[in-house]
Amino acid sequence: MHAFWQAITLQAGYNTALVCVGAAILGASAGAIGVFVLLRKRTLVSDAVSHATLPGVALAFIVGQLLFEAGRSLPLLLTGAAISAALGVLAVDAIKNHTRLNEDTAIGTVLSTFFALGMVLLTVIQSLQVSGQAGLEGFLLGATSGMLFSEAVLIAVAAGIIGAALLLRMKEFTLLCFDEQFAATSGYNVKALDRTLLILLVGIVVIGLKTVGLVLIVALAIIPPVAARFWTDRVPVLTAIAAGIGATGGYIGAAISASAPDMPTGGVIVLVLFTLFVISMLIAPARGVLAAALRHRRFQKVVHLRQGLLSLAHNEPVLEPLTARLLRRNGLLRGDGRPTPEGASLAHKTAQDQLLWNAYKQQAPEEALLMKDWSLRPIQEVLPPDVVKSLQDDLSLDSAPSANTLRSPL
Amino acid sequence: MTSTASLHSVTHNGRRTDHEAAAANPFTVQGLTVAYHQKPVLWNVSFSAPVGCLTAIIGPNGAGKSTFLKAALGLIPKLSGETSVFGAPIKKQLARIAYVPQRSSVDWDFPATALDVVTMGLYGRIGWLRWPGKRHRAAAMQSLAAVGMQAFAQRQIGQLSGGQQQRIFLARALAQDADVYLMDEPFAGVDAATEKAIVDVLHQLVVSGKTVLVVHHDLETVRDYFSHVFLLNGQPIASGAVEDAFTPQNLQKAYGGRLASTQLQGLAAAAPHKA
Repeated sequence: MHAFWQAITLQAGYNTALVCVGAAILGASAGAIGVFVLLRKRTLVSDAVSHATLPGVALAFIVGQLLFEAGRSLPLLLTGAAISAALGVLAVDAIKNHTRLNEDTAIGTVLSTFFALGMVLLTVIQSLQVSGQAGLEGFLLGATSGMLFSEAVLIAVAAGIIGAALLLRMKEFTLLCFDEQFAATSGYNVKALDRTLLILLVGIVVIGLKTVGLVLIVALAIIPPVAARFWTDRVPVLTAIAAGIGATGGYIGAAISASAPDMPTGGVIVLVLFTLFVISMLIAPARGVLAAALRHRRFQKVVHLRQGLLSLAHNEPVLEPLTARLLRRNGLLRGDGRPTPEGASLAHKTAQDQLLWNAYKQQAPEEALLMKDWSLRPIQEVLPPDVVKSLQDDLSLDSAPSANTLRSPL
Repeated sequence: MTSTASLHSVTHNGRRTDHEAAAANPFTVQGLTVAYHQKPVLWNVSFSAPVGCLTAIIGPNGAGKSTFLKAALGLIPKLSGETSVFGAPIKKQLARIAYVPQRSSVDWDFPATALDVVTMGLYGRIGWLRWPGKRHRAAAMQSLAAVGMQAFAQRQIGQLSGGQQQRIFLARALAQDADVYLMDEPFAGVDAATEKAIVDVLHQLVVSGKTVLVVHHDLETVRDYFSHVFLLNGQPIASGAVEDAFTPQNLQKAYGGRLASTQLQGLAAAAPHKA
């Protein structure tokens, strides 16, 4: 615990501090890029990218060993990883574009083939009995314990550059993800934008190999945006939150791993991210599970109250216990089952509103069916004024109850 | 077929300059052929949109109406054909084009508000490395107001009804402030009031000199909404002013047996007085 506290407060030595900060920057960049990969509905591509790095890493090690007797040079290994990842992406695109197979199938084929090739090459390297090969296994599951100072700097700087590149083109990426056809007709080169996004993804995957490992790096690009999606409905905010979650996961994960060097860094980071995901899923106010349950409860009350008021307007008795309780609690119903003056007035207004809603449903049945607010809120709050006006004209009502007078008492 | 367009471009001394010819041809497609999996969908289609007019592209299901727009815009691969906008290749003139895709072509659960989507219509003018500012948001609000949606600016787009989503798409196109508007089925699945609101906006566009081309499938409303039609069924059938081209004979050619003769009579009977 003491070791973990030292690591997380950046007091466990310069090297460990740098590894933690580097992992945080890596997590932030991967999370931010993941937002657009998620919105582009290409999350699985990141899995293909990461698995396709392995043969490149292995080949780069062999080449480095043969030429310079220094196979473990990180820049060399990462270059090899980037090249084979790019080949993997091109292979996926080629299969998708030139056959009738869909992207999932193409990804499955490419991912397993590249990974298989990488594993075979790793076995070959083991049989070569050369020095320095022990570090290669770190690329599978991630290991920060033996990381050199220069390697940590490389990871931090490269991840920072990739994150900054993403921010510069965020507006265009948003357009690409939402409406590709509109982007193309607005004069943007959609293919180039798509490729830029993929290059950034390949870049962050390659940078993250050493820290998180190729099996789990995909989680860094997927979990933060998915968790962030619970919190917001705006792309810039989503990107910021995803980057924050990614950074937190990377930082805490690296700190834990630094204080307990036997633990695989990648696994620890992913577990921290998963914890943040669960918290987001439960408590996020925008789309979280608890918020949804509360909203459902409130919705139930709105429905009951509305139906109770309509019963009152039609001089029908309110028999349903929850409805009667709600009406009484809001001072709309007396103990003897008769409406109070406020209750009668509100019931009348609600009935008028309902007439408009019914007219709308007759006029546009499909629309009304799909509309989640149909007849639950005053019609002016839901439909544009010109629609309401034409409904009023059709029914020759003088004016609909205004939104103010028809405020639901909840 | 292009007679309507060329009528306006004859100058007083009878000679047409290149500039005037270009101004008279806001959207011209030459010899467009498109095939899906070796099956031709469009075959040698040429068409020139009459300048400053509201034109409906009509034809039966599978006639290639949407494909025509997409291929002409370069959104899907074509076997042959050229599109020119005001006399220049379309690729160089995209700033003068506003395209409204089908509403179903995007995922409305996307994290964006109505205002965000309309602001996308301004991205081309905002340029690289810049963010939409106050001025752009004000312009987007104006477009929202033009379709009666300003009260919904901050609403998440997934919470809007189909008709409201279609209005948002139209507002985004208005924000582009283009000269040629191309719309794919803007009336699909919208309520009557939205349909009327959209038609009003289209008429305003035409009044201010814009050229508007709309993929449309409701034959009943063609006469009420549009001044020109382009009948298409894989190949061009007819095009021109509604009273000249929207005839029972042409409809029979485009729709074959799919329109009962009583329907044809009904559509033809709605014809206004003829010279």
